[in-house]
Amino acid sequence: MANRRIDEPTGVETVGHEWDGIEELNNPLPRWWVITFWITVLFALGYIVVYPAIPLLGKGTEGLWGWSSRGQLAAEMTAAEAARKPVLDKIAATPLEQIAADQQLLAQARAGGAAAFKQNCALCHGSGGKGMVGYPNLADRDWLWGGSVTDIEFSITHGIRSPGAASTRTSLMPSFGKDGILQDGQIADTSAYVLSLSGKAPSDAVAQRGAAVFAANCAACHGADGKGLRQFGAPNLADQVWLYGGTKEQVAASIARVRAGVMPAWGSKLDPVTIKMLAIYVHSLGGGEQFAAAPAAAAPAPANGNGNAKP
Amino acid sequence: MHEGGNELMESLVSRAGLWFVALLLAIFMFANAVDTGFAIHMAVFGLAALAGLVISLTKSNYKVLATSGAPPPDQSRYDDDLVRSGVILTTFWGCVGFLVGLYIALQLAFPALNLGLEYTTFGRLRPLHTSAVIFAFGGTALITTSFYIVQRTCRARLALPGLARFVFWGYQLFIVLAATGYLLGVTQSKEYAEPEWYVDLWLTLVWVAYLAVFVLTIMKRKEPHIYVANWFFLSFIITVALLHLVNNATVPVSLFGSKSYPVWAGVQGALVQWWYGHNAVGFFLTAGFLAMMYYFVPKQAERPVYSYRLSILHFWSLIFLYIWAGPHHLHYTALPDWAQTLGMVFSVMLWMPSWGGMINGLMTLNGAWDKVRTDPIIRMMVLSLAFYGMSTFEGPMMSIKSVNSLSHYTDWTIGHVHSGALGWNGMITFAALYYLTPRLWNRTRMYSQRMINWHFWLATLGIVFYASAMWVTGIMEGLMWREYGADGYLVNSFAETVAAKFPMYLLRAFGGVLYLSGALIMAFNVWQTIAGNLRQEQPLRQAAYDPNADRPLVAAPAE
Repeated sequence: MANRRIDEPTGVETVGHEWDGIEELNNPLPRWWVITFWITVLFALGYIVVYPAIPLLGKGTEGLWGWSSRGQLAAEMTAAEAARKPVLDKIAATPLEQIAADQQLLAQARAGGAAAFKQNCALCHGSGGKGMVGYPNLADRDWLWGGSVTDIEFSITHGIRSPGAASTRTSLMPSFGKDGILQDGQIADTSAYVLSLSGKAPSDAVAQRGAAVFAANCAACHGADGKGLRQFGAPNLADQVWLYGGTKEQVAASIARVRAGVMPAWGSKLDPVTIKMLAIYVHSLGGGEQFAAAPAAAAPAPANGNGNAKP
Repeated sequence: MHEGGNELMESLVSRAGLWFVALLLAIFMFANAVDTGFAIHMAVFGLAALAGLVISLTKSNYKVLATSGAPPPDQSRYDDDLVRSGVILTTFWGCVGFLVGLYIALQLAFPALNLGLEYTTFGRLRPLHTSAVIFAFGGTALITTSFYIVQRTCRARLALPGLARFVFWGYQLFIVLAATGYLLGVTQSKEYAEPEWYVDLWLTLVWVAYLAVFVLTIMKRKEPHIYVANWFFLSFIITVALLHLVNNATVPVSLFGSKSYPVWAGVQGALVQWWYGHNAVGFFLTAGFLAMMYYFVPKQAERPVYSYRLSILHFWSLIFLYIWAGPHHLHYTALPDWAQTLGMVFSVMLWMPSWGGMINGLMTLNGAWDKVRTDPIIRMMVLSLAFYGMSTFEGPMMSIKSVNSLSHYTDWTIGHVHSGALGWNGMITFAALYYLTPRLWNRTRMYSQRMINWHFWLATLGIVFYASAMWVTGIMEGLMWREYGADGYLVNSFAETVAAKFPMYLLRAFGGVLYLSGALIMAFNVWQTIAGNLRQEQPLRQAAYDPNADRPLVAAPAE
């Protein structure tokens, strides 16, 4: 072309085009660029021969190595399951109460339970099992339905107020305010009395008025002393643990409207060994109670064996 | 009345008539709207049509119409009105997009910033951020620079000036509709294609008009050849049209409502979505911005493009290979293995074609490398090309299945995207804005060179904080997700991996603060330049000069 010239700083000839003052040099393609490009092309060609790559009428080619992503997943899962199988078999064969007797098995069950807990339970109970408002803390000694490892296993398997689950743990506190059973004043008195049980409110005349209401309406489930009854999952009201908050307003709200928390029946979702491991793990979080039938020496239970005792 | 006047009068009447029909249609749709979002959007449409009507009626010179007809626009001058508006709007949308980005980065660290309002949740602000930076900032920059570049490299005034104005302002209306839609919860939930069916239809109109303006300007060019920047712009415009039409094929539930359902379902829908999503990166953020690079780098460096042959080869290999790489977004999913494989190998082959642009850009500085020391705009361009090279290496690497099994769904992807977006797209756009502003407003230079330098360093540091924080947190969470204990069980819960990322989220937000402050400095600088001010300041580099030493040596007389 007519306008070709040698570019002075580089000594390279231009192509001869010019747009708004922009010219182009006639440099060759960088050799390393061409070579690397061909290497990636060769890699691609090799890769599509050994891996599934070419779509055909019915399905794609399978590749020389017969690899598939589903096959890889299946192989990895099978290998992991095979590695866990001896332990899982041993846990399945050992009665729940006796697992604690075998320290190694206990540790293995706890590890499996911890993993299952993180996947299934941590969403509500928190990844440390400490719970939050409305979701019980599993790491303390305050148990609604019992804190022995078998109680825990039962709760996990059948759930709490789980709709459609036959043996689910269930109970229902009335909505005393909403259903007009108690007047607002009576509810305020009762909450003052309830708080006086744990020393959070003075034991004054108001609380005394509440005591009468309590005796007539609440004591049947929560006990005359307010320490709860596990038969109904009725919480201990005389301790410092409050599932739905322990201010006077929160307690009054709990009396006025039913709370009735729900946990699914995990028995329909998880296998029995996983639930066993979950029970062991939850039991080990700090508040586990003694087994009824376990040898005393092996049970990691609190000294007085009473889950409702104040720390 | 003269014949020319007659024609003009007719064109004015038909134009105003079109706007009037659009206004009536919007009012009709508004009156029948079945949901609030649709009603609000039809009101916005109606206001836009009213504005179009008022402008076409008032801006016309009736005196000219009545006598002889307006003189044709001066073909010996470039049509830069839209480019000037575009420079201002690009700057504005950039600042908005970065601000929203910073806010959602802080939301990830401090969820309380969701404020408990549906309008300010992460889920609604996140598409606002991505669309503000990609489509508002990036898209306006592309339309603006393409109008500037195509005229200069074709040595011809913009074709169809009326339609060009419709393209530019119609695209701004698209941005407003998209952004308000996100806040109102109007979305078809397709990443980077969130606007609903009626906004998609509007964008289709705008885009076809864009193609017409661009192609006709190229056709009336006075140069024998088409410059490489225009190849890239053309591939960007055509491919984006194709992507937009296929991915947004939806069926509205009601013609008077915002909700629609896609034609594509299941894994086909996912594949179409990521064919679209990946090529939005490929043709919007790569091809389009390479076009900017091919004009502004040689102009600012005042050097010829390094290699004509490389530009041909990397252009064709890039656009041929890019379009197949989308399936790498769906590794280890229900997508058939063969499609995943092809997505991966096309991505690997894409490495060198992408780097062709970097080589051509960087090597154009041969013979002008000293300018990196003295010219902060050149420095921005070099950094932009360096980040382009880095992220186009990282991309093919992350498409390899074994790497992807670690990186997918982690913050590594976010880091990768941002090293490309903040580094490559952001920096080349800033450089282009600094190049354009003094030229478009006839100023000798930007208000302050030193502020450009500040912007360069703030943005660079911001990117470093951002990208490195995301690399660390991405690889960390990828490893935590797959960590198995000796007993054969997963070690971490999801919430634990989220909690572990908190410090890196703070570092990322800090990077965002730096990047945003750089952009605000730019906005001030652009504003002052347009206002006609020049900051009195020391030049960036000055060799030492001592007047006392600047004299001949004379032998001292003996005493």
